[in-house]
Amino acid sequence: MLTLTLITVSLALSGASETVLIQGGEYRPLYMSKDSPMQIVDSFELDKYPVTNGQFLSFVNEHTAWQRSNIASVFAEEDYLKHWDNDTSLGKISANSPVTNVSWFAADAYCQAQGKRLPKVSEWELAALASETQPNGSLENGYKQKILTWYSRPSPAVLPDIGLESSNYWGVHDMHGLVWEWTEDFNSTLVTGESREDSTIDTKLFCAGGASGAVDPGDYAAFMRYGFRSSLEAKFTLSNLGFRCASDVKIQSGE
Amino acid sequence: MWGKKLLVTLAIATAASVGAAKTLPVEDAILTSPPNVPPAIERDHNARVVVHLETVEKVGTMADGVEYVYWSFGGTVPGSFIRVKEGDEIEFHLSNHPSSKMPHNIDLHAVTGPGGGAVSSFTAPGHTSTFAFKALNPGLYVYHCATAPVGMHIANGMYGLILVEPKEGLPKVDREYYVMQGDFYTKGKYGEAGLQPFDMEKAIDEDADYVVFNGSVGSLTGDNALTAKVGETVRLYVGNGGPNLVSSFHVIGEIFDTVYIEGGDAKNHNIQTTLVPAGGSAIVDFEVQVPGNLILVDHSIFRAFNKGALGMINVTGEEDKVVYSGKLSDAIYQPEGSAVQTMEGDYKVAKAENKEDKVKFGKRVYDANCKACHQANGEGVPQAFPPLAESDYFNEDPVRGIEAIVHGLEGPIKVNGESFNSVMPAMKLDDDEIANVLTYILNSWGNKGGEVTVEDVQKVRQQKGH
Repeated sequence: MLTLTLITVSLALSGASETVLIQGGEYRPLYMSKDSPMQIVDSFELDKYPVTNGQFLSFVNEHTAWQRSNIASVFAEEDYLKHWDNDTSLGKISANSPVTNVSWFAADAYCQAQGKRLPKVSEWELAALASETQPNGSLENGYKQKILTWYSRPSPAVLPDIGLESSNYWGVHDMHGLVWEWTEDFNSTLVTGESREDSTIDTKLFCAGGASGAVDPGDYAAFMRYGFRSSLEAKFTLSNLGFRCASDVKIQSGE
Repeated sequence: MWGKKLLVTLAIATAASVGAAKTLPVEDAILTSPPNVPPAIERDHNARVVVHLETVEKVGTMADGVEYVYWSFGGTVPGSFIRVKEGDEIEFHLSNHPSSKMPHNIDLHAVTGPGGGAVSSFTAPGHTSTFAFKALNPGLYVYHCATAPVGMHIANGMYGLILVEPKEGLPKVDREYYVMQGDFYTKGKYGEAGLQPFDMEKAIDEDADYVVFNGSVGSLTGDNALTAKVGETVRLYVGNGGPNLVSSFHVIGEIFDTVYIEGGDAKNHNIQTTLVPAGGSAIVDFEVQVPGNLILVDHSIFRAFNKGALGMINVTGEEDKVVYSGKLSDAIYQPEGSAVQTMEGDYKVAKAENKEDKVKFGKRVYDANCKACHQANGEGVPQAFPPLAESDYFNEDPVRGIEAIVHGLEGPIKVNGESFNSVMPAMKLDDDEIANVLTYILNSWGNKGGEVTVEDVQKVRQQKGH
């Protein structure tokens, strides 16, 4: 038991987080119609929780270049970690609440320091497709409405801690309902900001003004995520945007 | 709301200003919350007008006890009123509040250019976008958010009006007000208390729970009523944010002296009701001659009295008994048969009491439900719909008819030697109707006669369909 405790402590200190295996395979993203092609995602590992303020503090303590007063201005906006008291103190912020006001560069550096990376959009969406009981919860009653309801409310001034909501099918917590999350390729989608125009780029993907195709309100939940991501630049720091890390599945090395 | 001072800075535009023409004086736009309108523009020259508008998501009151998360321009629904002059150059700063969950942008119908500015103003939470445009055309224009899903952003209240005054200005009036209609879609029906989430399905079906002026029920009634004095001229800048419904804008007890149709140059006079399209506008001018309450409605009238589209202008002043006398007398009037008329209470469904009735009633059911496929004389349509006239399939066992109606019929059958393989859906008919229509069929077109009873139908209904 002692060793276990020690391991837990060291994990917490190093900022590493528990991960779970997300079984890859073919899936159809939430925003797609029934007859659109499947998307293929390899199996990958994903953090169970978003990265917390406490974990991120450990990271900047070790990698001081990413502290508030040291970070290069090309890597983050002025508001970077503005909710903390200073470089090395969270102040009143809960160590277990998800870290926000971090740029993509900072999130990317954090994950690399853990030997991980940010999840790809397709990976994030695959993991987020799960309800509590099945890998594809999109057809479950009330599943999409719950997500939409979260999207439609402004962010609270103080974010709750991670892990308060039950995990999804994969054992992952807080994919919906806590914070938006950075993805590795957040800006690779074709949403231009003029969402009515997007429809000419790829009508299947971005129906935008066209409610016509989107009889299913779940579509809107996904459109909103893609719309949100496309409004970002890598140096942006938002008070409701956090992240978690992912990694490729390691080849079993005779454990 | 008139308290804000006109801030005219006669500074030359600096190089920092986006795309600035070098010679125009710069001024900050005065923005007002509904129902107020910024003061008429007095200057006789063009300016570079700087507009700062913020998008805010916040909980507000839709109706007594009903809360809703509004997405807004400037914290109000409709958003802040913007007033500029034809030929002005507008430097637009759109800020998205850091607490916003969503990115937002703005499409101003007064902009000539792609998306009405939507692309250039696409803004993440906690950021500000800046772009500039020239007000080429005079008119009253709607602006709204155009971020995906556009319908939802509009349905949550992200719209407002921008007035581009013509070069020569608009005729002077005594009072100007800002009234904008919108339709809202909530999980609970009209009046259901609590924080009501947006209902996308109702929005797609255009099945509005609320149709209101200025964002909520009662925003222009009671203490919030607009005011005017007898003899004054009133101008309403009327907009319709939609997202779905067009408005039949009407003021009960007034006739519009002038309507600037759809907010443009064309003027019409002596108008009772003017159409305001979703995403469109109208300017209406009228003089008030007598005191009393004028009622603003969408004359698509159930919206007014059952969904909230009601407003009020409280007119005070001297009565003019010639223009309107008021009630002169009240006398009893009692014509013959003046008892209270009522449409309430039970009504009796006619039930067939004998076979003759059944055939008669059954024909009505047949004509309404079956004739389209099985044809007027039961001859059917070859290869598609089997005949009912002299049908061996049906005459052999009339219960087959009940089964087909109650459970539907699918798959190959043979009728009078011909094969059919199509689908008949289960019909939503009650037991009496089914007994009647089958009795009618049995006694028509050379069929064998007889009677199908309600009990026969009930028996089949209890069995599972195939």
